Amino acid sequence: MSINPEQLRYSKEHEWLSAPADGAATVGITSHAADALGDVVFVQLPEVGATVTAGETCGELESTKSVSDLYSPVGGEVTEVNQDVVDDPSLVNSAPFEGGWLFRVKVADEPSDLLSAAEYDAFIEN
Amino acid sequence: MSEPRRTALDALHRALGATMTDFAGWDMPLRYASEREEHQAVRTRAGLFDLSHMGEITVTGPQAGEALDHALVGHLSALAVGRARYTMICAPDGGILDDLIVYRLGEQEFMVVANASNAQTVLDAVALRAAGYDARVRDDREAYALLAVQGPQAPAIMKAVTDADLDGLKYYAGLPGTVAGVQALIARTGYTGEDGFELFVAPADAERLWQALTAAGEASGLVPCGLSCRDTLRLEAGMPLYGHELTASVTPFDAGLGRVVKFDKPGDFVGRTALGAAAERAADLPPRKLVGLVAQGRRVPRAGYPVTDASGAVIGEVTSGAPSPTLGRPIAMAYVDAAHAAPGTPGVAVDIRGSKEPYDVVALPFYRRER
Repeated sequence: MSINPEQLRYSKEHEWLSAPADGAATVGITSHAADALGDVVFVQLPEVGATVTAGETCGELESTKSVSDLYSPVGGEVTEVNQDVVDDPSLVNSAPFEGGWLFRVKVADEPSDLLSAAEYDAFIEN
Repeated sequence: MSEPRRTALDALHRALGATMTDFAGWDMPLRYASEREEHQAVRTRAGLFDLSHMGEITVTGPQAGEALDHALVGHLSALAVGRARYTMICAPDGGILDDLIVYRLGEQEFMVVANASNAQTVLDAVALRAAGYDARVRDDREAYALLAVQGPQAPAIMKAVTDADLDGLKYYAGLPGTVAGVQALIARTGYTGEDGFELFVAPADAERLWQALTAAGEASGLVPCGLSCRDTLRLEAGMPLYGHELTASVTPFDAGLGRVVKFDKPGDFVGRTALGAAAERAADLPPRKLVGLVAQGRRVPRAGYPVTDASGAVIGEVTSGAPSPTLGRPIAMAYVDAAHAAPGTPGVAVDIRGSKEPYDVVALPFYRRER
């Protein structure tokens, strides 16, 4: 059984992307990625109005033991960042698909290789 | 790459759902659930660690103490039976090969505990240096599993499973005893800044002991703990880690630990000449000093990051850094130029991937338990 929500799409860099609503899609990292990082203690997110590029770095996720780049699964303009997760980075661990979302983006460019939930399950199994 | 080594508790760690990690060729538990909760458990209740990757070397014989006096920088022949000592083994040039704990188990028997990554180096060096003495050096890495119970509840948990005289067992002492029906060397040592015990047992007994301690600790909130929280615990306690604060390119004097070098012990010892020079150098012209840094912000320093002064000039380097669960802010140990080493020195920053983040210089340790 999948722990990854069916309605989302996934990148091989372990971000998830919601279907666009009100013109923007929501981006977060998967519970698989959050578990691998360990306790997240600091997040640096792109600024509202910034342009992000699919597959490129747009921030940082810092855990007790390491720092990891945050990639954007799509290209476009950042319309909103999650201030709650900046204030309390542990939301990334406790609610990666919900309160731990990271930013919203008006999608201008979407790679063709985003994965379905089933495809992502298979990807992280291997 | 050879297969990683596994401890006698490997199956148990997997059953507990541990995230495993390679550490010095061993497959070790990094954490079981949240490393921050494991850290807090050790500070407020108790934690149970598998440290079987540590390397044990037994030195026996009429001149075992003299052989260790020659091989190490400490005065081990003066150690009382039943006591333990923190010491180091240095290269002839004074560089630190490893930091060690040595237990005197009998008049003619010592156990040297080395870091996993250096165990072979230490074994080889001690064997070579003991050659001229009436002493035997034995590789006991396979003979022991090592469990540690650390935290304020550790004495109560231990008392539930042993009749050994724990109240008579001082900090940095060890005695043989029976714990949960298992023969053990019970040592009141640890690497977390808390009171606690390290239990050296036969690998075949390790699982039984782990289960007994888990059961005895259930009511007081004992949890299994991995290497990740061990690192933040020891960092808060200001304890150096080999490969970070201590390396072959620093002497004990450079690390601010010159007190472990006992020049007044009888006989010659490896590194004496170079260490004498290092001691003079440290007195005349202080080298970089090991200090504590506490972040004003939230970005975490990592080993190797530059430390800068108010003008942006590099004045040192971070050796270990992590978010401190106890302080709620990132902390680091760093070597900095003596001129900037005083607590409260203004303008000190850590260059975190291009961004100069302000840090306060503080005295070590960051955390000291109440006694």
